[in-house]
Amino acid sequence: MTATLEKSPAKAGPTARKRPGRRWTRWIPYAILALYALTGGIGPLLIDYNPVYTSLPDRLLAPGSPVSSGATAWLGTDGTGRDVLAQVVYGARTSVLIGLATVVVSCVVGVAIGTLAGYFRGWPDMILARGIDILLAFPAILLTIVIAGAFERSVLVVVVALSATAWISFARVTRGVALSIRERAWVDAARVLGVRPLAILWRHVVPFTAGPVVALATLEFALVVLAEAGLSFLGIGLPNSAVSWGQTIANGKQYLATAWWISAIPGVALSLLIITIGILGDQLTARYGRGHVR
Amino acid sequence: MIRLIVKRLLIGVLVMWGAASVIFLIVRVAPGDPASIMLGPDADSEQIADLTARLGLDKPMYVQYLSYLGDVVRLDFGDSYRLGTAAMPTVLERLSATAELMLASTAIAVIVGLTLGLLAGARPGSITDRVVSAISIALQSFPTFWVGIMLILIFAQALRILPSAGAGSPLHLILPAVTLALPFTAVVARLTRTNVAETMREAYIQTARSKGLSERQVLLGHALRNSLIPVVTVVGLHMGGLMGGAVVVENVFAWPGTGSLIVDAVSNRDYGLVQAATFLIAGIVMVFNLVTDLVYSQLDPRIRLDGAS
Repeated sequence: MTATLEKSPAKAGPTARKRPGRRWTRWIPYAILALYALTGGIGPLLIDYNPVYTSLPDRLLAPGSPVSSGATAWLGTDGTGRDVLAQVVYGARTSVLIGLATVVVSCVVGVAIGTLAGYFRGWPDMILARGIDILLAFPAILLTIVIAGAFERSVLVVVVALSATAWISFARVTRGVALSIRERAWVDAARVLGVRPLAILWRHVVPFTAGPVVALATLEFALVVLAEAGLSFLGIGLPNSAVSWGQTIANGKQYLATAWWISAIPGVALSLLIITIGILGDQLTARYGRGHVR
Repeated sequence: MIRLIVKRLLIGVLVMWGAASVIFLIVRVAPGDPASIMLGPDADSEQIADLTARLGLDKPMYVQYLSYLGDVVRLDFGDSYRLGTAAMPTVLERLSATAELMLASTAIAVIVGLTLGLLAGARPGSITDRVVSAISIALQSFPTFWVGIMLILIFAQALRILPSAGAGSPLHLILPAVTLALPFTAVVARLTRTNVAETMREAYIQTARSKGLSERQVLLGHALRNSLIPVVTVVGLHMGGLMGGAVVVENVFAWPGTGSLIVDAVSNRDYGLVQAATFLIAGIVMVFNLVTDLVYSQLDPRIRLDGAS
């Protein structure tokens, strides 16, 4: 810690000079995310896509080829003649929606459990700690696979299966925040004034979790989107009627020798999204910290 | 030390009981009657009733749970209805292939990750440092299954120098091991970079330099050695993640390990196999965590777990 303090005055010079240049590059991740949100939100309205449609003459066309309907398949077509661009666009919507739903569910569950355990300590905290130990004994993806595989394939099941492990980080971080906040003077004051414990939690503890929770939510979003794609790749995730990048990548695997674009392109879209969110998450974590309260 | 081990083992037993209960819960809550799944669509109601009784599925839930726990203690998870073999031995048979894959991946990740981290941490802020950081972020972000397919595309389809699937020769191991190792390499590289960068500011590094040691000797002899302890920890704690990664990677490359067996079993609702495999993996992860804790406290005399926590 002292080393960092000693270092900071010396570092102030170059960082200060760099600022103007950094200012606009800082917005690149946001711009890319906005592009994905737009693609996922508006794209499906502009591009028509039917997941069960097959068109034999249009099978395995290279990117940029004209299709039988007269249009152009800018990103090529897959093994049953379906447009890859449309799959990328619809896949963006699926990924973003499932990612958001899972993050919201696991965030609400995690924050509730984490703050309760951290604030009340004692046996709720013990149960939480052991419960997390038990869940962490399974590799996250394995538990997700087993839960998702046990039920009929649907969007709801995928969200539940992903949330089953995603809430843990939220609970851990907010527990840490709650542990430190409960010792603060204003919490003591509220307690002495006779404010009900749940009201104290809601008004004086939960707001302080916002920073780290937002930072964590971005990183979790990336993990969840990756996990969903992985599940769908294994054929355990979404039903065939939904369009998922993972499914498209899996479908393209058997045509690798002749049609590389089916697997390659959705993977690029997925990777770019994850990298962007990762960078954004690191920025947010640096700013708000992990359970760090000023 | 003994007290610490005993305490950790007790927690371990508790965790394994919890893990077994979670598996029981998932399988029982899942829709579909196990007996009719096992017998297939052609079975008549009499056969189904007969098998239900034989499996004890007509008994009250708590009786089923207790007898299940009894089976778990004996590591008896019944038979795989599809393969017709006992579940646990079948899983164990496939474990060696997964272990081989994980060992190769860990070796790649540690060697490449340490090298990259050392190069980057030696001069923080340099071009090398930024390139390594960028590579690390990319490696951690790429979906492994896609990276695997791209590697097949390049090395098996285009260049035709490596086999795309299966096992049998050391050549078959290369692509799956590299795919599985990539995200882990990034973790090791980032960790080593941070540690080396921090160590390089220490007073004893200045002393080493002022003794006239070359930068290379300072890095390898002093900075690297002190950065190894966290790496040991992260390797141990990452075994769970690596197991999870193996589930996906084995499917991409048709690698005959536990991972591809699990996905197969889950897709076919072969619950005997699913239960045996998940329980075994949970056990392995737990043992790794335990050993990591103990090794960690032995490596670094400043850490004494029994006193601290």
